[in-house]
Amino acid sequence: MTPTIAILLIITFVLSTVGLLLLIWSIANNQFSHGQAAARTIFSPGEEGHSEDPARPSDPTFTGNTSEQTAAIEARWTADQSSRTAVLTWLSSSVFWLLLGSFFGLASSIKMHLPEFLTASEFLTFGRIRPVHLNAVTYGWASMAGIGVALFLIPRLFKTPLVGGKYAVIGGFIWNIGLVLGLSAITLGLSDGEEWLEFPWQIDILFVVGGALCAVPLLLTAANRKVEHLYVTSWYLMAALVWFPFLFLIANLPFAFPGASGATVNWWFAHNVLGLWVTPIGIGIAYYMIPKILGRPIISYQLSLIGFWSLALFYSQVGIHHLIGGPIPTWLVTLSIVHSVMMSIPVITVAINHHGTMMGNFSRLKDSPTLRFVWIGALMYTVASLQGSMEALRSINVITHFTHYTVAHAHLGMYAFLSFILFGAVYFIMPRLTNWEWPWRKLISLHFWLVSIGILIYVVSLTIAGWKQGVALLDAAMPFMDIVKMTLPALQARTVGGALMTLGHLVFAFHFIAMLMRRGAATEQPTLFRPATKENAQ
Amino acid sequence: MKRALAIMVGAALILLLATLTLVVMPYLQMSAEQVPPDLKPYTEQQQRGRQVYIANGCVYCHSQQPRDPSFAPGDKDRGWGRPSVPGDYAYDEPHLLGTMRTGPDLFNIGARQPSIDWQLMHLYNPRAIIKGSIMPSYPFLFRHVEEPAEGDKVVNIPPPYGPETGKIVATEDALALAEYMLALDHTYPAPTLPKKPPNSDEPKENRAP
Repeated sequence: MTPTIAILLIITFVLSTVGLLLLIWSIANNQFSHGQAAARTIFSPGEEGHSEDPARPSDPTFTGNTSEQTAAIEARWTADQSSRTAVLTWLSSSVFWLLLGSFFGLASSIKMHLPEFLTASEFLTFGRIRPVHLNAVTYGWASMAGIGVALFLIPRLFKTPLVGGKYAVIGGFIWNIGLVLGLSAITLGLSDGEEWLEFPWQIDILFVVGGALCAVPLLLTAANRKVEHLYVTSWYLMAALVWFPFLFLIANLPFAFPGASGATVNWWFAHNVLGLWVTPIGIGIAYYMIPKILGRPIISYQLSLIGFWSLALFYSQVGIHHLIGGPIPTWLVTLSIVHSVMMSIPVITVAINHHGTMMGNFSRLKDSPTLRFVWIGALMYTVASLQGSMEALRSINVITHFTHYTVAHAHLGMYAFLSFILFGAVYFIMPRLTNWEWPWRKLISLHFWLVSIGILIYVVSLTIAGWKQGVALLDAAMPFMDIVKMTLPALQARTVGGALMTLGHLVFAFHFIAMLMRRGAATEQPTLFRPATKENAQ
Repeated sequence: MKRALAIMVGAALILLLATLTLVVMPYLQMSAEQVPPDLKPYTEQQQRGRQVYIANGCVYCHSQQPRDPSFAPGDKDRGWGRPSVPGDYAYDEPHLLGTMRTGPDLFNIGARQPSIDWQLMHLYNPRAIIKGSIMPSYPFLFRHVEEPAEGDKVVNIPPPYGPETGKIVATEDALALAEYMLALDHTYPAPTLPKKPPNSDEPKENRAP
């Protein structure tokens, strides 16, 4: 008892000291006093009040009538063009992996209710295609699209052309090779055997190198930056690019952590991939897109800084809530539960900023594809995170652990939050890189509705069935096979939802390729959900 | 640049702290845990079976970690066994604790189904034994032969699940996997578990060394 309490006390003390030091540092460096000025760094002089993605016909456009505006628009154009090759490399790859990952996910889903589907070949057995799905969408789609968007945002945030973009292009090639080798290894049965860490560790080196090469342009461009303030998005992106290689390296150290301690490392890593890698990227993108499209700064810059540091402090220690009730020391589980609940602080601060900035502008969701995808993503971040904090509580976790409920929660986070924000960002970025507008407004609409209805069916059916499954598992009165039968309708519904999402991805990929090939008519107007009449594209 | 560096260093330091608390300290504590004297290391064949288990992703539907009955009573009541302790996993590398129970927990499957014929038949087609099972079949772990050779392990599959003619024999992989299943038997007492949880809410408190 005594050493446990002592350890907890020491940890709490160290944590609060670190938190306090960070706060003092922030204040000493005027991170707080320049609050609203920093929030405006993403705008050029005079740009505030002008939407960059004109989301409604009545928007006053930033046309370049004055010399100051012309200079700002040219600087923006130069910044966008500087990152073109690097961003297109990462984004195009990510769309490919999204399609591949979706098909593997759909096949896994079908196998859950049709167990004889594709069983003849060992390469297509459920236990191999499911990890192929997870790794393809996590490291292929989400990570590559996230890095692609980050590369696009870096020159814009630092108001200077991207320096060293070629390192990111090389990094992209290495990353793709890593994915091909890693996914093949899983298919051949050479998995490392731990969830989220299936790629053999020899192949993981490629991801560390590929990721590190992307940090080079970040650092070089940061050194060249022309803005005094670092906008909050750059905080998130810089931290994410520091965290990922560190995490990935430690978790993959071969043979370092046997037995039960291997499980703690496994879940420390797996949740950090979500919390310290894809989440900061997703939130960071939303922090840029929402104010930029609305033409108004985020409502509280101070809150965004509190949100950032509390995310770093709390999210890094939540992982062990995946092992509640497992064979590991209780203090460790308790520590993660406490931090999971504390996560509501960064979540709420981010929610206030994202949704507060949207206040009074919700009508723009009717027009702007980017805003609609990004804001729904931001909303789902709030929902999924608060749900996650609840799920970490012992009384809830005892029911939801080991059930489909967790799978629904994971997709709410990785898909409804992150993927929606990435879709929105791609719709924003591509016209600016290719100097071409999206050819067909109806395809954007179709994509949106397919994936929205798909994920809705997915999450609702598995959440309900998973909860019922969890309650039933606790009471041995219900035979195990009866529980399996009870969940079957939800597993079938998941296939329907997943099929709609996959269809949506096909539409998205088709449109993306059409965009690269400059199909459709040349137009000076942005492609919005509703026909726009007057405004200019850029 | 100074500010950018400060953010990155700050971010790295926080992660370092998390690594100390979530990776290093548990590792130090758990590697000092006693290994139950009745726990046997895996044989070469069982270890090979374990690799087959990993290669085919059994972990995505099966856990190997019964929870404490005072916390989650269903685990013990379903016959999955006593709560597991860190020492039980001393020879497990990588761990296969699992996070899903689409199928039942397998921590003591060797004690529940000690027949190798049951295991092999179930692997060939789970529905031959359990009606309505949604576990995939693993036909690729078996060979279909007209006449089994000497030393072949024949698996008698009840109709209609078996082939029309000839016999199904187990491959080395199937035998190894079945042997691994049988080795999953942790019915021995755990030395680090208190005989009677003194405090039903946090029975594992006393387990710390």
